Amino acid sequence: MLKRISFSDKVTLIVIYVFLSLLAFSALYPFWNAIAVSFNVGVDTAKGGITFWPREFTTENYNIILQDDRLLNGFFISVSRTIVGTATSIFMTALLAFGMTRSYLIGRKYYTLFFIFTLYFGGGLIPTYLLIRSLGLMDSFLVFIIPSLISVWNMIIFRTFFKGLPVGLEESANIDGCSNWGTFFRIILPLSGPVIATLALLTAVGHWNDWFLPSIYITNDNLLPIQTILRQTLNANIVSGSSSVLDSASTALLENARQITSKSLTMAMMIVVTLPIILVYPFVQKYFVKGVLVGSLKE
Amino acid sequence: MPQVTTEQQPSPISRQPKVHNKSFLRRLMKQWDVQLMVLPGVILVFIFAYLPMYGVITGFMDYNLFTGSRIWDNPWVGFKHFEAFFAAPEFERILRNTIVISLLKFFIGFPAPILLALLLNEVRHMLFKRVIQTITYLPHFLSWVIVAGFTTALLSTENGSINILLESIGAIDEPINFLSLKEYFWTILISANVWKEIGFNSIVFLAAIASIDPALYEAADIDGASKTKQIYLITLPSIMPVVIIFMILAIGNLLNAGFEDILLLASNPVLRPVSDVIDTYVYRVGLGSHRYSYAVAIGLFKAIISVGLLTIANYLARRSGNSLW
Repeated sequence: MLKRISFSDKVTLIVIYVFLSLLAFSALYPFWNAIAVSFNVGVDTAKGGITFWPREFTTENYNIILQDDRLLNGFFISVSRTIVGTATSIFMTALLAFGMTRSYLIGRKYYTLFFIFTLYFGGGLIPTYLLIRSLGLMDSFLVFIIPSLISVWNMIIFRTFFKGLPVGLEESANIDGCSNWGTFFRIILPLSGPVIATLALLTAVGHWNDWFLPSIYITNDNLLPIQTILRQTLNANIVSGSSSVLDSASTALLENARQITSKSLTMAMMIVVTLPIILVYPFVQKYFVKGVLVGSLKE
Repeated sequence: MPQVTTEQQPSPISRQPKVHNKSFLRRLMKQWDVQLMVLPGVILVFIFAYLPMYGVITGFMDYNLFTGSRIWDNPWVGFKHFEAFFAAPEFERILRNTIVISLLKFFIGFPAPILLALLLNEVRHMLFKRVIQTITYLPHFLSWVIVAGFTTALLSTENGSINILLESIGAIDEPINFLSLKEYFWTILISANVWKEIGFNSIVFLAAIASIDPALYEAADIDGASKTKQIYLITLPSIMPVVIIFMILAIGNLLNAGFEDILLLASNPVLRPVSDVIDTYVYRVGLGSHRYSYAVAIGLFKAIISVGLLTIANYLARRSGNSLW
């Protein structure tokens, strides 16, 4: 395409490119810096000045973390919670959404109002806490799963997507003697790949990243997910200046534990916690852009 | 697989008109399979969303976890806890922080993704554009624990890159402990929020820009309009409807100054005078000091104002032709 670009437009473009590059740099730098620090010898890190590259390279920080029972257990809890929580929530929410698309469903209008209202008003933190307590969900793995089984937002997105599927498919399935459940499992779910992928990703990220819920409902250390453990570690760092959680956890593993300062260790820990997201992210990125748009269209 | 559709039942085609001559109960029995699909959702939402709403009445009682497991056994105290909150020495600063932080997020956090979308739209180099997008979306997927960890690391005195940078260009003589000084907290909080969400929130605006008729730009080119003029006169007006919808949604959300981000970034109690907002205060007095009824009352105070804001937002939305409900 032949298009003459004026001088002022060129300047504008250069400014835009430079600005965007700086923005991308600032988005990426914290990761880069954390990786550099995490691969640096702890004692050396304490001297300061690590920016782009480790000064004294070591993988010791990762060795310590990957041998720490408490962290490994937290990792396991996080993974189980994310898998079970995402699978059950997506299934229950999709089933509800499918039921809600049946126009002959008695009470559909009331159900819709019933669900939408919860988007605007809730009981708040304390009543929810007291409820969970009285249900006996404290210190139980189920507290990760059951309260988040139904997401009204996801239900709306699913419903919008299901309504967009061709009616003829369901009609012919019905004529062939397919029940509603059969239609749901054999026709609707297999056709909903993109929306399931998007919502599953967002739900999974929500489960993986959640640290707050376990911090108030879980007191048993063996049930704490990795984000909550990380939070406790970072907090201990800030408040006392030393990582008591990590120190006590790794002393047994390491003969000269005192040589490893907390900074490089916590950075390695943060990288390990972030890694699953960074690994999954490129594969699902193309889905979520579409998914976000489906979600926002019907607001 | 349950086989429920029988021969005598008309096939339940979704857009089929309702049959009215049957009794309600018989119709209900006929569609028990669909009702069964909806029932678990209704029950779960009732338990986890509606029962806590019922629990809000404890804000008008002296709720005691140990004597009164049944809510109605607790004594009524009327508006005592609300009055106590309005009279509390923290009241003024909490209200101020909530409003100031919300407004800062609204006036900086809201336009930032629009600006990014406008700039990204000018990039004709597709690979560059995609790389920038991928990188800027990424922080959205990190937990606040990680983001707060990064922030603390970057700002720390002994190793923080920000201090290293400022020292190397001679802006400061010795490292500043940013996260223990009140005057920097709001800047840090807003920056971290923008850093985390700017890319992800720009997606909707980019999509809106993509649907603009390219003929408009061609015509503008022929008329000799510069790039900046085209942004100002074509792109911005074209995406205005989307911007307005999101702005109205943001108004309804205005009292949500934030919770996780403040809780994690302000872990130093020194910052409390500038970091305490309604939500973090509710958390601290409710779960920290076990003053349940007091905390519930404050939460309710906020919820009522929020519903008021939402009503205003919806009124605005209706006037602009985009009703929320």
